[in-house]
Amino acid sequence: MLNSISRKLNVIKTINNDKTEEITVVEHRSGWQLIDFKELRKYRDLFYFLVWREIKVLYAQTILGFSWAILQPLVQIIIFTIVFGNVAKLSTDGIPYFLFSSVAIIPWTYMSQAMTQSSQSLVQGQHLLDKVYFPRLLFPLTPVLARLVDFGISISIIIIVALYYRVMPTWNLLYLPLFIVLMVSIPAGIGLWLSALAIRFRDVKHGMPFVVRMLIYTAPIVYSASSIPETYRFIYSLNPIVGVIEGFRSCLLGTSMPWPFIWPGILTSFFLLFGGALYFKKMEWLFVDVI
Amino acid sequence: MNSDKNIIKVEGLHKRYRIGLKEEMHDSFLGATLNFFKSPLNNYRKYRSLYKFDDIKSNQAADKNHNSDNVIWALRDVSFEVKKGEVLGIIGNNGAGKTTLLKILSKITTPSFGRAEIRGRISSLLEVGTGFHPELTGRENIYLNGTILGMRKTEIDRKFDEIVQFSGVEKFIDTPVKRYSVGMKIRLGFSVAAFLEPDILVIDEVLAVGDSDFQKKCLNKMETVGKHGRTVLFVSHNMQMITRLCSRAILLEKGQIKDDGPADKVVASYLTSGMAGFSERTWKNKEEAPGGDVARLLAVRVKDEKGKVHPSFDIRKPIGIEMEYEVFKSDYLLLPHYNIFNEEGGWVFTTIDTDPEWRGRRPAGKYKATAWIPGNFLSEGILFVQSSLFTLEPTTTQFEPRDVVSFQVVDSLDGDTARGDWPGSMKGAVRPLLKWTNSFTKSKY
Repeated sequence: MLNSISRKLNVIKTINNDKTEEITVVEHRSGWQLIDFKELRKYRDLFYFLVWREIKVLYAQTILGFSWAILQPLVQIIIFTIVFGNVAKLSTDGIPYFLFSSVAIIPWTYMSQAMTQSSQSLVQGQHLLDKVYFPRLLFPLTPVLARLVDFGISISIIIIVALYYRVMPTWNLLYLPLFIVLMVSIPAGIGLWLSALAIRFRDVKHGMPFVVRMLIYTAPIVYSASSIPETYRFIYSLNPIVGVIEGFRSCLLGTSMPWPFIWPGILTSFFLLFGGALYFKKMEWLFVDVI
Repeated sequence: MNSDKNIIKVEGLHKRYRIGLKEEMHDSFLGATLNFFKSPLNNYRKYRSLYKFDDIKSNQAADKNHNSDNVIWALRDVSFEVKKGEVLGIIGNNGAGKTTLLKILSKITTPSFGRAEIRGRISSLLEVGTGFHPELTGRENIYLNGTILGMRKTEIDRKFDEIVQFSGVEKFIDTPVKRYSVGMKIRLGFSVAAFLEPDILVIDEVLAVGDSDFQKKCLNKMETVGKHGRTVLFVSHNMQMITRLCSRAILLEKGQIKDDGPADKVVASYLTSGMAGFSERTWKNKEEAPGGDVARLLAVRVKDEKGKVHPSFDIRKPIGIEMEYEVFKSDYLLLPHYNIFNEEGGWVFTTIDTDPEWRGRRPAGKYKATAWIPGNFLSEGILFVQSSLFTLEPTTTQFEPRDVVSFQVVDSLDGDTARGDWPGSMKGAVRPLLKWTNSFTKSKY
């Protein structure tokens, strides 16, 4: 009987009564459950230090330090401008190619790096996983936040390029926070799914760089979204990366907001994140046992 | 919900693991090719089986000592309660489930069946310096490690100076930890842990590391922790430490509780039960026996003067270590010898066969060589034997398996051993009963 009850109950229930005595119940649980935000709050200092460690350690013992955060996207922008702008001469709706690709490459660099690291976070943190308990959710979420520092630094590329091309800020800029949230939610959602999968099947590690390289062509990063035929627009826009890139472009360059490209992606990323959190919590109990 | 209730209540904990997933081998090209295409599905099934236990429907199976080929029960129906302020030692052989139990209580892994109820904040120390990053400085790692162990930032701020002082690495606190020596890292890691203030502290075999002075410092710190009414769960192989620190002990064997009671009694029953090791080992199968081209080992046993094999010996009695070996090739100079190690891994001594009758070249055949360790010589504790055979001219190693047998030396309080009337702990690898002389002059006082 104990067995049948415990299956249904949560593994950890923390009840606080007024004497600040907390009771933790440890038992088996396999089933759907929601994120325990109260517990997450308790571990916010740790979360802060984990993110901080990730930032601090990323460019340790390098000569260029945080310049890498600028150099990597900058080189990519230059190469794309030469290959797709000057050689292939892809249409950009009249925007200079360098500017056109800068506003896309910066968020893309963030998303690709954050999702790659996030999906590997549990495997890379397996030593910690096996030795101490804290909410496992912190593992995939740490790189997603830590990478924002790189993103913040590389934004300076956009500012300099915009100044050079004399692009004036418009009211569209007010939408930028929305697209930054969307931009963060994508690697967070994918990271939740893939990190939980990667701890069991290391195939994720081998597939990830390849998939990321392909993903760049599924969004209007090197080409313009207007070249997508009207009939496929909705299916195309279900990819939330499309919405982020188009949104960034519109915010920063002041073109009209292409909502049909944006809202399908918002829905997808919401389901990605919500589903990822559920899946992660469902699988959480077995992470340590399958390392 | 009163605080005088049990602080930890464990009911019927079970934990199973899947082990020994077999790799299929193919000796034909066709078989290997077919397997190559079939393997993704097989691999999927294999890795899935690590956590799917469809073949075992309920915990009934566990109660019947059920063991399918590749499922092991790390814990079987473990139940106990711990009162507030109790210092509980958990002992048992390797693989008895001690660490699994600690991991379940500290929420690192979940039980397969059963439940545990824990009242209060729990901190677990399964390793010293968890989460240390080599690129970060000592200061930064204190914060990182501290929060990983469950401290708040403000709490670390408050204790920071004390932690640094305790660790004794003040001078290097702003140096990256990768430049630290191993000892310094351990000291720093332990210092953070020493300032944890949970209601329950769970400690795995972590005191076994570090230099002995620092160990002593930590032990003292732990003893004060225990006196402050904190509940401590403590796993160790060091029986002296268990009896010294713990009021109560649990003995685990193959995932089940074998004994539960006052620490000294449980330790004694563990040591005398023979569970602590095997004092006799024989190899029936030629292929499995350690050996070379000249000789192979047949058996090793630890016996008393009457030739009877025992797991534990009175410190006053001589102990004979016997090896039986077979020599296939004649006319070799043979050098049977033993290396004796104690439970801390310290090398106590080496003894070589010096029997004058067999110093020359030996004919092929079966030999039995026994070394006699005198009474009142070895210190109390578990000793491990490495039984080894060399040839001379040329020098070759025929066999030298470590830990083939082990035995226990038990001191007595009768007053006629080296401890005399002293009941406390005694250190050292040997405990010889020496002759003492005194001279006395009457003084005026």
